[in-house]
Amino acid sequence: MASILSVKDVGKTYQSAGKSLMVLQQIDFEVDEASTVSIVGPSGSGKTTLLGLCAGLDRTSTGNIVLNGIQLDNLTEDERAWVRNQYVGFIFQNFQLLPTLTALENVMVPLELRGERNSKAIALALLDKVGLADRGHHYPLQLSGGEQQRVSIARAFSNAPKILFADEPTGNLDADTSENIEKLLFDLNTDAGTTLVLVTHDLELASKTQRIIRMKGGTVISDTMVQDKES
Amino acid sequence: MQPKQNRIDIRWIVRMAWRDSRRNRSRLFLFISSIIIGIAALVAIYSFGDNLEKDIDNQAATLIGADVVLRSNRELEEEGQQIVDSLIGLSQSHSEEKSFVSMVMFANNGGTRLVQVRALDGDFPYYGQLETVPVSAGTTFRKGQHALVDKTLMLQFDAKEGDSVKVGEVLFEIAGVLERAPGQSGISTAVAPAIFIPLEYLPATGLNQKGSRIDYNYYFNLKPTVDADDLTTGLDSLLEVHRINYDTIASRKRETGRSFSDLNKFLSLVGFVALLLGCIGVSSAIHIYIKEKLNSIAILRCLGASSRQAFLIYLIQVLGVGFVGSVVGALLGTLIQQLLPMVFRDFVPVTISSDISWAAIVQGIGLGVWIAVLFALLPLVGIRNIAPLNTLRLSLDAPSPIKDKWSWVVYGLIALFVFSYAYLQLDGVWQTLAFTFGVGLAFAILYAAASLLVWLVKRFFPISWNYLWRQGLSNLFRPNNQTTILVVAIGLGTLFIATLFFVQGMLITRVSLSASENQPNMVLFDIQSSQKTAVAELVSAQGLPVLDEVPIVTVQLEAINGITAADARQDSTIDVSRRALGGELRVTYRDELSDSEKITSGKWVGSVAKGDTALVSLEEGYARRIRAEVGDRLVFNVQGVRIPTVVGSLREVDWNRVQTNFRLIFPLGVIDNAPQFHVLMTRVPDEGVSARMQQAMVRQFPNVSIIDLGLILSILDEILDRIGFVIRFMGGFSILTGFVVLVASVMISKYQRIKESVLLRTMGASRRQILAITALEYFFLGLIAAFTGVLLALGGSWALAAFSFEIPFTPDLIMMVLLIIGITVLTILVGLINSRGITSRPPLEILRKEV
Repeated sequence: MASILSVKDVGKTYQSAGKSLMVLQQIDFEVDEASTVSIVGPSGSGKTTLLGLCAGLDRTSTGNIVLNGIQLDNLTEDERAWVRNQYVGFIFQNFQLLPTLTALENVMVPLELRGERNSKAIALALLDKVGLADRGHHYPLQLSGGEQQRVSIARAFSNAPKILFADEPTGNLDADTSENIEKLLFDLNTDAGTTLVLVTHDLELASKTQRIIRMKGGTVISDTMVQDKES
Repeated sequence: MQPKQNRIDIRWIVRMAWRDSRRNRSRLFLFISSIIIGIAALVAIYSFGDNLEKDIDNQAATLIGADVVLRSNRELEEEGQQIVDSLIGLSQSHSEEKSFVSMVMFANNGGTRLVQVRALDGDFPYYGQLETVPVSAGTTFRKGQHALVDKTLMLQFDAKEGDSVKVGEVLFEIAGVLERAPGQSGISTAVAPAIFIPLEYLPATGLNQKGSRIDYNYYFNLKPTVDADDLTTGLDSLLEVHRINYDTIASRKRETGRSFSDLNKFLSLVGFVALLLGCIGVSSAIHIYIKEKLNSIAILRCLGASSRQAFLIYLIQVLGVGFVGSVVGALLGTLIQQLLPMVFRDFVPVTISSDISWAAIVQGIGLGVWIAVLFALLPLVGIRNIAPLNTLRLSLDAPSPIKDKWSWVVYGLIALFVFSYAYLQLDGVWQTLAFTFGVGLAFAILYAAASLLVWLVKRFFPISWNYLWRQGLSNLFRPNNQTTILVVAIGLGTLFIATLFFVQGMLITRVSLSASENQPNMVLFDIQSSQKTAVAELVSAQGLPVLDEVPIVTVQLEAINGITAADARQDSTIDVSRRALGGELRVTYRDELSDSEKITSGKWVGSVAKGDTALVSLEEGYARRIRAEVGDRLVFNVQGVRIPTVVGSLREVDWNRVQTNFRLIFPLGVIDNAPQFHVLMTRVPDEGVSARMQQAMVRQFPNVSIIDLGLILSILDEILDRIGFVIRFMGGFSILTGFVVLVASVMISKYQRIKESVLLRTMGASRRQILAITALEYFFLGLIAAFTGVLLALGGSWALAAFSFEIPFTPDLIMMVLLIIGITVLTILVGLINSRGITSRPPLEILRKEV
């Protein structure tokens, strides 16, 4: 199967108060198209930083990342924004909806950025899929946490991404809601054939993906296929 | 596949800007409200300027009342009279006027006053009219022994139509009240209000004696075929030879337009400062707004919006609120403009209309939008650097604006804009540089004061003080503090108010000092030589001292180093002051200098032996103007006799003293026997004695004029009051802007502080404790801002006192303290009133509603 994401010898160092802080070093892995991968590890292990680098939200300090055949490190910030808009979907722990836009408008934004003509119809269909067809005109503050994450999922799928990055998608939700959201996420992912990379503390959620990458102290300590583990 | 950049779809950008602003519109409007007052001021001033220009154009003819006016300050010689006669031949009608200052006495109560007597014949004015009550009085007074009396005199002496007023030896019946004469503004007649009498009665008054200072005016209503400007241009050099000045409608229009264009430019600059102050408020508010929007911008970036798209979304929001703010400002300005004619009525010689000026409105809105965008650009350019990573975590290394080249481009644009605007108002590079530098310096000092405050609080933080003090103090430097913007805004407002008070106070003090104890406070002039002894006796008989008695001789400067006015006219390369040659001077002769004079070069010789050339002494400024130095030869014409002299010395003169000072002094033994009149100075203890003295003098010596310093002081007080009102009115825009910026900044900081105040409330802090923390924060802010503002005002008023008014710098300490206390208290009050909402409602309600 073809690789959609290739991470080669990636390291990341931050400068803070005049000191260098190395948060990632020598990370190597590849992700196949339409596969599901989870990155797990304790707080401070560097998993969120790694997700940010893979999604082109930041530049690596060393090594390089190739997403859908495009080497991200050579691109300007605006070119990476274009790559995100074309190929990438995001789901965040704290939903990250634009507070001044309605649920419908939040879903429409990536489509509008692409210049999609029938963005409203597509967004309405997606809201329907996540069970919020009648809440499209509500603002994020008027929605519950679970509903906000549903909108966030609808938005993530709105541009038909090649790869979806999810950062602790159920981290802020109760158990029942989490279960619903997980189901929705995996169902949509399967339907769309999207690659899913998720960062989580929740090993139960991680076990639902095909592959688990474990991190500690800024390095990958294991990279296992769930089937392998089960077998 | 090659990555691209997103296409900029401006419709989407506008739609996003609209969506994004949804819950913030009232706040955005609050941010932009700081510029409303500035725009209102400018639109009002521009509209006023437009109307004034139009009014001067429309009413130019009534400014002089005739097609051509010839003026001379001495009786015309034969050639001069021939010019007048030739103009009479080209006119449909003409008028002659002799005007001079003199004392008059009101018969009903014996009140006396120095006035401008205008003895008139003919039908002047030919354009406009003498506005009188009753209306017919403007014509009827010419037909008998009648006078038209200025309304201020009528009020002062409680005189009525039909009463009598004595001018010289003649008693005139008051035909009516003079409301306004062509070209006269309220303030121009304050010292010597006008009384019109028919010219035919002038000889009988006995006031046109030799040596009397009379202005001769000739008004011509030209035939329709004669062009006034062509005519006067042709006569220009001839008129110059005979030292006759002239005015036509066009020249007066130009002159008046120029004077008031200067006034308008000055007012625009004052309005501009208000606008600049508002812009600082806008910049600071947008800075905070963008900070709050950081997460939304990061999300947009994450979803694929380019930095340009994100930047444009917020730029359009600023454009939108800038436009709304400017429109509101323009509307407000148009309303204020209706008041300006009332404010400036006393200063302007035409009736000012208050029509809506669309040009001014468009100009104001354009300027408002531009300046809002320009100043908002500073925080807006930072949007380009907001990383999408902020959605996951706050960026560790946010780029400093100092390192961003676009920030410097914006700073450069702002400086260029301030300079250009000031240049358009000031018309001089050095003045503009001084203004721009002054504004920059004031901002820099206030910024430094704010930084110093923060540094001091951090460096010497009183750890042992109680919690409320520590919390109040630490609010000054914690994230999202408003210290800098509040100190700058309040400080600039204080600077304005304090400078205004200081300068006004110093001017009044200076004049009052002149009137103090041993200085003369009454000046009697136009005393004939034959009256000298009798006048002195009369003064003494009233129990008053004769403090000084000075002879005055009128001389004419004929040649400087052998060069006459005729030589200068023929050869324009000669380096000599053409204005000085042929000019009249009032000089004195004495053997010693007064204590207000000091020789700065050469030597003072008090007398001259018969047959020797006199060594005269010139005042430094006059010497500079006529380009004369010690050793230069000057020839004077004294009533037809030529007197050669040499400049023996130059003097520095303290003109601020109430005494006779002269540009030129002769030693004894040269002009002692020339025709002369005398000035006598005395000191009157109170108004009653002053009135008695004036009445006695006018009865016995009607030609003697009296200046009562008490009256001058009260007039000056009134004039300063009126000017002060104008300055306060204009300064009010800046002060009001400062206040709006203060309120807006405090309200913005309220949003910043709500969360922690609610947390404090949740943890059990009482309402009083939260109010105390807020009060302490604003106390420190208000105090440092007011203190720095007052210090800057001291610097500014010192510079004005030393270089502009040339008066001693005497700041009012009590006023300083009162200003500092007043502004600090005001700042605390605004802070407390704004925080009221946080403390009076349950924490959860506030969190739900406001955050």
